[in-house]
Amino acid sequence: MAKTDIKLTINGEEVEATVEPRMLLIYLLREHLGLTGAHIGCETSHCGACTVDLDGKSVKSCTVFAVQASGGEVMTVEGLANGAELHPLQAGFAEEHGLQCGFCTPGMLMRTYRLLEDNPNPSEDEIRVGISGNICRCTGYQNIVKAVRHAMRELGHKEATE
Amino acid sequence: MSETTAPAAERELGLEGVGCERRRKEDARFIQGKGNYVDDIKLAGTVFGDFVRSPCAHGRIKSIDAEKAKALPGVLAVLTAEDLKPLNLHWMPTLAGDVQAVLADGKVHFQNQEVAFVIAEDRYICADAIQLVEVDYEELPVIVDPKVAMAPDAPVIREDVEGKDTVGQGPRKHANHIFTWEVGDKAATDEAFAGADVTAREEITYQRVHPAPLETCGCVASMDAVSGQLTVYGTFQAPHVVRTVVSLIAGLPEHKIRIIAPDIGGGFGNKVGPYPGYVCAIVGTIVLGRPVKWVESRLDNISTTSFARDYHMTGEIAADRDGKIKALRVQVLADHGAFNTHAQPSKWPAGMFSIVTGSYDIPAAHVVVDGVYTNKAPGGVAYRCSFRVTEASYLIERMIDVLASKLKMDPAELRLKNFIQPSQFPYNSVLGWEYDSGDYPTALNKVMEAVDYRGLRKEQAEKRAKGELMGIGIATFTEIVGAGPSRNCDILGIGMFDSCEIRIHPTGTAIARFGTKSTGQGHETTYAQIIASEIGIPSDDITIEEGDTDTAPYGLGTYGSRSTPVAGAAAAQAARKIRAKAQKIAAHMLEVGEDDLEWEVDRFRVKGLPEKMATMKEIAMAAYGNVPAGMEHGLESVDYYDPPNFTFPFGAYICVVDVDRFTGEVAVRRFYALDDCGTRINPMIIEGQIHGGLTEALAIAMGQELLFDDIGNVLGASFLDYFMPTAVETPHWETDFTVTPSPHHPIGAKGVGESPNVGGVSALSNAVIDAFAHLGVTHMPMPHTPWRVWQKANELGIDR
Ligand code: FES
Ligand code: FES
Repeated sequence: MAKTDIKLTINGEEVEATVEPRMLLIYLLREHLGLTGAHIGCETSHCGACTVDLDGKSVKSCTVFAVQASGGEVMTVEGLANGAELHPLQAGFAEEHGLQCGFCTPGMLMRTYRLLEDNPNPSEDEIRVGISGNICRCTGYQNIVKAVRHAMRELGHKEATE
Repeated sequence: MSETTAPAAERELGLEGVGCERRRKEDARFIQGKGNYVDDIKLAGTVFGDFVRSPCAHGRIKSIDAEKAKALPGVLAVLTAEDLKPLNLHWMPTLAGDVQAVLADGKVHFQNQEVAFVIAEDRYICADAIQLVEVDYEELPVIVDPKVAMAPDAPVIREDVEGKDTVGQGPRKHANHIFTWEVGDKAATDEAFAGADVTAREEITYQRVHPAPLETCGCVASMDAVSGQLTVYGTFQAPHVVRTVVSLIAGLPEHKIRIIAPDIGGGFGNKVGPYPGYVCAIVGTIVLGRPVKWVESRLDNISTTSFARDYHMTGEIAADRDGKIKALRVQVLADHGAFNTHAQPSKWPAGMFSIVTGSYDIPAAHVVVDGVYTNKAPGGVAYRCSFRVTEASYLIERMIDVLASKLKMDPAELRLKNFIQPSQFPYNSVLGWEYDSGDYPTALNKVMEAVDYRGLRKEQAEKRAKGELMGIGIATFTEIVGAGPSRNCDILGIGMFDSCEIRIHPTGTAIARFGTKSTGQGHETTYAQIIASEIGIPSDDITIEEGDTDTAPYGLGTYGSRSTPVAGAAAAQAARKIRAKAQKIAAHMLEVGEDDLEWEVDRFRVKGLPEKMATMKEIAMAAYGNVPAGMEHGLESVDYYDPPNFTFPFGAYICVVDVDRFTGEVAVRRFYALDDCGTRINPMIIEGQIHGGLTEALAIAMGQELLFDDIGNVLGASFLDYFMPTAVETPHWETDFTVTPSPHHPIGAKGVGESPNVGGVSALSNAVIDAFAHLGVTHMPMPHTPWRVWQKANELGIDR
């Protein structure tokens, strides 16, 4: 199959690749770039395990072609921490026991990252709706909500302190 | 002499031992995307394998033409049963004594059965090639209903075992029959029924569901042609069992096989048994000399590997007029699908289903379970429960409500009247179990008070008067976990013990290895806490390792809530062996007799001379340089723990729902869960387990079901159709606890991961049905989807 050259920014670094047009973004990340944080839980855009940030939006990278991301800016869980310093969401998930098997966690982190970027003070309902594209089989979500509030406190947002 | 003079209580806190809400050690890698799950493993030269699957549920294979697929550039091999035959690997034994086709041998028995295995350079080429394999089928009549399977003239599903008296678990009475399992005293039960004031009967089906962990099953098999060493990385809840099974079926020497279970993305029973994908990947790497990876798609996962439940039960209960239960009778038709691959201890074809008398003192009971074949995927695993315990618990918790309704008695009152009393423990149930400990009345009373049960019933009566539907569901369940005593439980003849090996390093830190494998429960955190409390080395100074059969001691794995009851006990016992040796070394160091020493948190002190002491740290160093004459150097131990009995966690749950009679929608207003899992090792992790288990219970009670049409098409094997609760559907869970330690477990712990699923399903289902109880309704089939609930409202004419 004919291949296409693409160029994109991933976690702040310029990346060039030659891919089949049918290659999914999740495969580019996982198989070709070694970024295995995002996972595949369903391949049908239901579970959100593959969630990454593309041009300021959460996308499910199992249903985005790599070529669609060409010219774009991608952020994955590997780019969330600032060097050795964890993002407040990462710290919140660990502190509030927001994960068990950890398989959904990279997707949850990237989704909640975008959620707080878009709405720094979500209510509990808004958090729950905001992560409803991401399935977690282990935690029952309650501690994930707590983890997001923990991060909000850390970031100085207000809902969490109410 | 001591490096710290902090008071004992302070030092004890510093250990972060049993009871501490210690934060999890495994989280650091997961929150940074550095987990190492099977699909993350990249060995040089890895190729990818996947299956050609059968579109029809029952048929003869007339031909397989793989030529076009083989001609596709990048395709390395296409394996069929014919290719596996010379290796005798086209069929494999199951844990239940049956056989399962690795690749269909002339016949397919369920939709999506594995027919051929394509290996290619990458997944895309592999997917292309699968489309190019042409298989011709002659379709046969399909059976999806276990009752139909047992009809006298039913088509024979398993021709390969036709005429055999047994397929591993006792005599068969029909070509589609697998086993009959009977327990209890039939005559005494019949007599109790004949003399009872009141009897009630209900047909209750626990629908077919699937555990569907977020990570599907998969493996990477790699054969080193030079050394003859086979390494298999995979989603294995029981890595040592897999090694033995691989050795037995592939004929490879066991010491040349290394099984590694890396991080696992949830198991819930899905990752216990051996699957055709593992065998094909192993054959692939042996044939090609390159690592072969196989990872299921979600559709493959839900439609082929290990469903759960599919129990068609008839319950009958007999009681006095005043509600004292006299007897219980249960008949079950168990649909095991096309091969008997249920993962129970070998001698227990219906697992621990005989826990069906629950938390109640029932003097007579009789149970018969018949397992049958159908043209559905094989399995029968324990989806977040101990073996068949959730089916049993659901049956009795429903029957109690059915009886209460017949007696016009409050279901809480009926429960309180029939509970096994605290004074009766250890309690011998009429079906043969010795319950270790429990206090059921205290648990239920505490929950009733917390939710203001009387107030809720009053509100319900008011609502009913206005035509509104409100339901209150109770479950007071008893689990049986921690398989198990080896006299009762084995897998392929291997006793169900578990193990821990501890090594103390000279500077006083440690490593401990286990035969279990965490699938998210946080073993790296909690096991260290158990050891810390026993030997006074801080949790943070103890590395926990599991999942590599080359380094871990042999164990039977993680499922059936057995890690804490069995491997956790092994940890405590191994630690006690360390402490016993440490005491001898301390006596030598302090030049006193062993009996002159007493243990305090992290050190031995000389009785009466408390300033004379040796800390564990000092003892550790001495173990490598200054041991008493005649003692071996080093400080390590191993323990293979064979529990004297199961443990019996229990709980009392109350659930309140509001039902919209116009749409059938059910809103869970309140769910209050009190669990008693004995000694609590890490309350934070326990609470997390309960949240997760309740959410899986919600999934099962309210939406999950694997349905089939008449020709065996599985309807809804993706996350679009198969219900996965999101944060929006999931209510807020309230948790509570009592502590009734297990008397026979070294630290009194019982296991907790599965209780919330066992109790949660019953409480939710009872609540929904209770919403209709005043209208004479005693049964509604799970799952309680809006459509089903609306149908009931419609049938009753209350939806307008
Ligand atoms: S893998 Fe992309 S949404 Fe599930
Ligand atoms: S932590 Fe296991 S799926 Fe979310």
